[in-house]
Amino acid sequence: MTTVSWGVPLRASVVGATMTFVKGRVLVVDDDTALAEMLGIVLRTEGFEPVFCADGAKAVEAFRESKPDLVLLDLMLPGRDGIDVCRAIRAESGVPIVMLTAKTDTVDIVLGLESGADDYVVKPFKPKELVARVRTRLRRTDTAGPENLSIGDLQIDVAGHSVKRDGEPIALTPLEFDLLAALARKPWQVFTREVLLQEVWGYRHAADTRLVNVHVQRLRSKIEHDPERPQIVVTVRGVGYKAGPP
Amino acid sequence: MSAWSEVVGGLRSVLRRPLHAWRTSMSLRVVTSTLALSLLVVGLIGVLLMGRITSGLLDAKERASVVEAGSGAADAQRQLDAANTGPQTTSATTLVDNVTNSLASRAGKPGLYEVVLLASPPKVGDTPERATNQVSDTSVPAELRTAVQDDQRQSWTYTEVRYTDGRVVPGLVVGAPLTLPSAGNPRYELYFLFPLTQEQSTLDLVKRTVLLVGILLVLTLVGVAYIVTRQVVTPVRYAARTAERFSAGYLTERMAVRGEDEMATLATSFNTMASSLQEQITRLEALSRVQQRFVSDVSHELRTPLTTVRMAADLLYESREDFDPATARSAELLQTQLDRFEALLSDLLEISRFDAGAAVLDAEPVDMRALVGRVIEAAAPLTERKGSVIRLTAPDAPCLVEVDARRIDRVLRNLVVNAVEHGEGRPVDVTVACDDDAVAVTVRDHGVGLRPGESSLVFSRFWRADPARARTTGGTGLGLSIALEDARLHGGWLQAWGQPGDGANLRLTLPRTVQGHLEESPLPLEPADAGPRVQTSLATPYREPRRSAPTVITAITPEPTPEPTPESESESTSEEVAP
Repeated sequence: MTTVSWGVPLRASVVGATMTFVKGRVLVVDDDTALAEMLGIVLRTEGFEPVFCADGAKAVEAFRESKPDLVLLDLMLPGRDGIDVCRAIRAESGVPIVMLTAKTDTVDIVLGLESGADDYVVKPFKPKELVARVRTRLRRTDTAGPENLSIGDLQIDVAGHSVKRDGEPIALTPLEFDLLAALARKPWQVFTREVLLQEVWGYRHAADTRLVNVHVQRLRSKIEHDPERPQIVVTVRGVGYKAGPP
Repeated sequence: MSAWSEVVGGLRSVLRRPLHAWRTSMSLRVVTSTLALSLLVVGLIGVLLMGRITSGLLDAKERASVVEAGSGAADAQRQLDAANTGPQTTSATTLVDNVTNSLASRAGKPGLYEVVLLASPPKVGDTPERATNQVSDTSVPAELRTAVQDDQRQSWTYTEVRYTDGRVVPGLVVGAPLTLPSAGNPRYELYFLFPLTQEQSTLDLVKRTVLLVGILLVLTLVGVAYIVTRQVVTPVRYAARTAERFSAGYLTERMAVRGEDEMATLATSFNTMASSLQEQITRLEALSRVQQRFVSDVSHELRTPLTTVRMAADLLYESREDFDPATARSAELLQTQLDRFEALLSDLLEISRFDAGAAVLDAEPVDMRALVGRVIEAAAPLTERKGSVIRLTAPDAPCLVEVDARRIDRVLRNLVVNAVEHGEGRPVDVTVACDDDAVAVTVRDHGVGLRPGESSLVFSRFWRADPARARTTGGTGLGLSIALEDARLHGGWLQAWGQPGDGANLRLTLPRTVQGHLEESPLPLEPADAGPRVQTSLATPYREPRRSAPTVITAITPEPTPEPTPESESESTSEEVAP
């Protein structure tokens, strides 16, 4: 397995006396120009640097060119389906993807999450809500000093954002990494989906537990020996998940 | 007593299988009744036939025998009288021997009859008695002897002819009086015994034949009945199987049409019905797909511009302090009404999804206590603002239940927010209880309760207690309708109870498993702390979803609250987020 470093550093720069804190570049993939423009205004107000792409077919290209820190992706796009774009981006990068969707049907949302999106926002959303989602996904937990965890037969280097099995690195997206690290930090604790939503996704109140289910499945497919019979991330029926015995 | 009931129970269990077969198998019933009826009829015919044949045979024999015996007796008397007119008197023994011999020779060989000559009492002098061919005199019944002695004329009866060597054959005995011309003129009785061996064997043969024919007839009838019912029942069973498969969703299932008989007509009618149903269902499915597609499109098309408007309005709202008062107020109005618009839109879409049958249950096991706890926690800001308290009563053990957490969360949020808003600042009691089959949550407020005559409206779409003040209360008017649909989707009940001045109680009951069936709720609908009943308004448990009108329900009276708050209105979209 080839090693891909997906930990994307934040662009933070201090220019002279006026501190311009560029919080990150956000690629907005949306065909609705009015919405895209409005998103741009809101993101700029919050200090982000928006980049736009209105065509699904050109989205991956725009992604490669702009190297964003986060992608806001509309699911219904002309040219190429948002789900497809999501898969294509996920295939080459672990950059956080937040879906914008008008569909609240379980199937659509689960499909979007399964194709690799980290989180989703349902239209119509409030600007604050969107910004909160973007911020959470760009947040990096700065740990004081090196922190090494182990879960199952995996070794986690929190500061270095790497997961290894027998010295062999396993590529995880930042979200999957956070999820695994959260479970590994308290191996004695059973995490409810709500607690995980709070710790990993930053939802203060109960949101959609499907987020957790889908990402646990994705995580398992990468780290478990047999994803059908998981031993590292164990389901506690009716409660949630916990770290498996080492 | 217990022994008796054991016997009854044992009998019942022994009888259960035959009884079951009797109830479920038409051929068994037909064959059994055919057997019973044909046995009865064939038995009657057999008895009748035997009777006619027997009497016919015996009547002829009897007539012939009586004539024969009469002439025999007359001959014998003549012979005796002739002997008497002779010069020398013959001894009684000789006379008796002569008569017996002549009668025996008259009977022929083998004898047509046997003869018994008996002396009547009172016996006078020498009274020898004779019988031919070792016939025992016990063959003559005493009654016949009495009759012959008393009447002094010919009498007859049926009897058994006994021989001294032990043989016994059925026979006819004809007796006649005889007078001996010897000393003292002793009276004699002459008996002719006609053995009926021939007739007996004929009757036996007839009886065997009738029995054999009867059995064959009954068996044939039963066989015919079985074959006939098979011929009827087999196509019926086939039709039933086909109909079952059709109703199980195999819409292409059809019956094979053979011939032009009634079964063929049934098959043709069934097929026509099936085709028409299939057509209807296909069309409705297509319509439903179109509807779903439309809802989905409308959703997307409306939501995208609304998002832009929403964001723009938010931006304006955030900077309203920089505007003049009129513009600032406009920004505020825009903001609040957009909230309402959004809530209404998402509720409408949700309802139309239910109407299209497109709502999907995404169930997994959840602890109901935790779900309720989170809803109460989320309602804390509203509760605080209303000056109310929510008191939770829940069991210590987890109440695991398979639900779509998102939907049940929405239902509970609706119930709790409603109760707090209409509770007039009085405490709201939330109770969780579970048994083996069901989990129930009741939300009880102590507000104004319901006005009489407003039953079955609480779950109606866009229903408001007071139309005049409706528009100021916020909420979409769809919250409880959606909650009811959500409960239905889980196979659960959502019911309301209320009394004027005594508040309202809403109860959600859900089966523990998705396939579960509700029989009763672990919690009563009418709360224990309910005041004296002003009006009986208990709802019948909700069972089968009916589209047109929600069953149940007693209405609660929502007391309109003065100012609408965005947080409490937009139930389906508000999602609080950590900064």
